[in-house]
Amino acid sequence: MSEGSSNDPHPYLRIRDVTKKFGDFTALRNVSLDVNEGEFVCFLGPSGCGKTTLLRAIAGLDIQTVGSIEQAGVDISALPPSERDFGIVFQSYALFPNLTIKRNVGYGLENRKTPKAEIEARVAELLELVGMPEQGDKYPAQLSGGQQQRVALARALATSPGLLLLDEPLSALDAKVRVHLRHEIKHLQHKLGVTTIMVTHDQEEALTMADRIVVMNEGGIDQVGTPLEIYRRPASPFVADFVGTMNFIPATVSGPDRVSIGGNEINVGEGLNGVGVGSPVTVCIRPEDVTTRDIVGSSANSIETTVDNLEFLGSFYRAQLLTTGNGKAKLLADFSINLIRDIGVEEGKTLSISLPESRLRVFEGSAKTEADI
Amino acid sequence: MSNAAALAAQPAASGIKPKLSQDDRIMRGFILMVGVWMTVTVLLPLYAMLSKSFENHDGVFTGIANYIEYFSTPALFYSIENSLFIAIVSTFFTITLAFIFAYGLTRSCIPGKAVFKSIALIPILAPSLLPAISFVYFFGKQGIINEVLMGNEIYGPIGIVMGEVFYTFPHALMILITALSTADGRLYEAAISLRASPMKTFFTVTLPGIKYGLISAIFVVFTLVITDFGIPKVIGGQYNVLATDIYKQVIGQQNFQMGAVVSVVLLFPAIIAFVVDRIVQRKQVALLTARAVPYEPKPLLSFDGIMFAYCCLIGFLIIAVLAMACYASFITFWPYNMTLSLKNYNFDVMDGGGWESFFNSIRMASYTAVIGTIIIFTGAYMVEKAKGFGAVRGTIQFLCILPMAVPGMVLGLAYIFFFNHPDNPLNFIYGTMAILVICTVSHFYTVSHLTAMTALKQMDPEFEAVSASLKVPFFKTFIRVTVPVCMPAILDISIYLFVNAMTTVSAVIFLYSTETNLASVAALNMDDAGDVAPAAAMCMMIVYASATVRIGHALLTRGLAQRTQRWRKR
Ligand SMILES: Nc1ncnc2c1ncn2[C@@H]1O[C@H](COP(=O)(O)OP(=O)(O)OP(=O)(O)O)[C@@H](O)[C@H]1O
Ligand SMILES: [Mg+2]
Repeated sequence: MSEGSSNDPHPYLRIRDVTKKFGDFTALRNVSLDVNEGEFVCFLGPSGCGKTTLLRAIAGLDIQTVGSIEQAGVDISALPPSERDFGIVFQSYALFPNLTIKRNVGYGLENRKTPKAEIEARVAELLELVGMPEQGDKYPAQLSGGQQQRVALARALATSPGLLLLDEPLSALDAKVRVHLRHEIKHLQHKLGVTTIMVTHDQEEALTMADRIVVMNEGGIDQVGTPLEIYRRPASPFVADFVGTMNFIPATVSGPDRVSIGGNEINVGEGLNGVGVGSPVTVCIRPEDVTTRDIVGSSANSIETTVDNLEFLGSFYRAQLLTTGNGKAKLLADFSINLIRDIGVEEGKTLSISLPESRLRVFEGSAKTEADI
Repeated sequence: MSNAAALAAQPAASGIKPKLSQDDRIMRGFILMVGVWMTVTVLLPLYAMLSKSFENHDGVFTGIANYIEYFSTPALFYSIENSLFIAIVSTFFTITLAFIFAYGLTRSCIPGKAVFKSIALIPILAPSLLPAISFVYFFGKQGIINEVLMGNEIYGPIGIVMGEVFYTFPHALMILITALSTADGRLYEAAISLRASPMKTFFTVTLPGIKYGLISAIFVVFTLVITDFGIPKVIGGQYNVLATDIYKQVIGQQNFQMGAVVSVVLLFPAIIAFVVDRIVQRKQVALLTARAVPYEPKPLLSFDGIMFAYCCLIGFLIIAVLAMACYASFITFWPYNMTLSLKNYNFDVMDGGGWESFFNSIRMASYTAVIGTIIIFTGAYMVEKAKGFGAVRGTIQFLCILPMAVPGMVLGLAYIFFFNHPDNPLNFIYGTMAILVICTVSHFYTVSHLTAMTALKQMDPEFEAVSASLKVPFFKTFIRVTVPVCMPAILDISIYLFVNAMTTVSAVIFLYSTETNLASVAALNMDDAGDVAPAAAMCMMIVYASATVRIGHALLTRGLAQRTQRWRKR
């Protein structure tokens, strides 16, 4: 849980031991997290893991059962949404259908006794900001999904909130628009410097947009880290499996910092922290980290495999390998087209590969993964 | 696991008690007001009535003495059998006729479906005594075709059943059309590909698919018939039913206690029907949410021909009933002077309340439509959108659908007991327009409430969350977004209230005063006094008023649709 807290002594948002129950069902258990000012944080996790629940607790829309939330040094745990400082975009956008785009965007301003001219200027500025200065007099139903999404964003930003909350803002859009809007939202967030939390179950979205990713699983936080940390050093088999493609290779501890994969001994660095010799472990490596060039000596962590299957995926080949020795483990490896040609990799042939020590993760026990099922 | 110690050192986490926002407080205030309203206008009157049924004339508690008296007086308890007989027979005919009609409108390719549907809905615009009066002119002693009854009296069960079928036909039809048009076309395709006979398809696909709609229609019609007062009053003759018994006990014999006992007896079948209907409705909702391909009927000459003939016949009969009332209202003195005149419309020279009562009805219906719509829609909004407060909201939700189970006669009598009680601080509204409006709003609360709920549930549930995040109070969003978006439903509610307020007799018959006489009551009293033609004329005035408002509503709805089509979903 300590991972949830960052080093900043004064985080913008400070969540401590938040638990949310719906009747007997615990949707969030003991969640603690710090979010720094100006940061873009993504809540990532499978459906039903509690991402929306945590977001709604932060917004005060469904207040947590126990635990505290501080925003900008103020305890907001029990405050209703109207007394908190945030803007929100829902998956449905929740645009007011009977109001024009301008009035949707200006909705929060109209209530603040702001002079009319000022509202108009601000609305124009916001529409400009989200890249649709010309559409102000239309109604939401006349816009495309992506445009509606931008309007919802402009409306949420209109009152200059300290915190921007986005619940799967892109999931209702088709793939192309989605990729485009990812960049725009990220760019906008960077430009405005507004602290942002976005919920998503799309790992690609989280990896490309977030400063830090919070990986959630079954109502708890599994790991908090930068996209690179999450990708390179997943803290649990769950994270390893959920983000990107990962090989889970059953192995046995065979010595200090060494494991055996079906008889092939390799070095695993310091990942073992004290697991006894003979215990089962799972060695993880990403397909793109498996190498096959320049294998020299024992330090190369090399093992022997046979090529079971080769799949052409456009820019590279994905090879399905079977380790030789006792107990065949399956293993995916990505090889460039050049390499396949240079080395002459073919289905049925044997192939020596290397599992670079620095790219290995080792988890205790035999992990159950999707690949097994 | 080093932070286990740190965790343990922390004080035991205590639950968060969410602070209520201004919005929450206002909403809860409104919800409580709705609760108070329902308590004062439904619960307490019913309680007053219930306790009255356990008292003697002097207000002393006598336990079940009144009930013992009731069940040992054959003249009284025979009415139970009569009521059930009438209700069952009428329900059978209405459902059969309406089902075939609905089947024709949804499953055949006949022309003029919209016209047939409009004609079939005409009875809704008329008070229930209109068909009864009309049948008197057809089949009464001086009726034009009384020989078709082959010596049987129209006054009695035959007349009641015929009147009830006319009156309940559109109610059954609407439910059955909805049920039949939500059928899944894919099932029919499957049946055809399996070469099932039309008969077999009907029993294995059609009937199971509309099961819930059919059950619902049966119970709605049953309730309408067993609680109806207008038709048995006009055409029942010596044939007593529960609803007329209440009237006779209270108005005829001033025996309020016995009136209360009969009311309790009448409440039973109504409540049973209500419970069954609620259960069925819940099931049907689940059925509707499933994705289905709408059924497209294919032309079939013989079938379409039969259906067309049938719909023409039914349409003709409905128009004939209305036309007879209209015609009779212009006859100077049936059957001796058949010249046309407006003599029967000279209400002011007749007992019953005169033209004044017609304008009272218009006023009462307008107030009911405006005030009722505001109360019901706002109430539904608060109950639907408020956060937390679960138990209270659940209770009030129940209170809002309860009025459906209370027959009009029972509600009206309950109002006498409650509001006319000298100790009631609200006693001052007794005999005023206010009590008529309140009673009518309560009487028709449930259907309006459910209409409002359906519309509200279709709105994005996050509108309120967005407003809160933008610091806009909920009532601004209510007025600027919710009301405009729900305007079609709001108009539907107000027209429903208006038309029902124009045509109702049962609840208000106990509550009008000489200053607040109503058209429907005037028609009833004129008929009672033997002025049948003027009663027909007054009924027609009600039909004209309801029809005018309904046409205005249709134009308004169309205009609204055009004005708002830019933002409504395409
Ligand atoms: N109001 C509620 N009442 C009961 N259970 C709820 C409620 N809201 C959420 N839950 C449950 O809490 C769990 C977490 O829900 P949540 O909506 O936070 O998931 P999520 O991570 O956002 O998933 P998704 O990606 O599908 O949106 C789910 O199992 C859900 O069924
Ligand atoms: Mg969610």
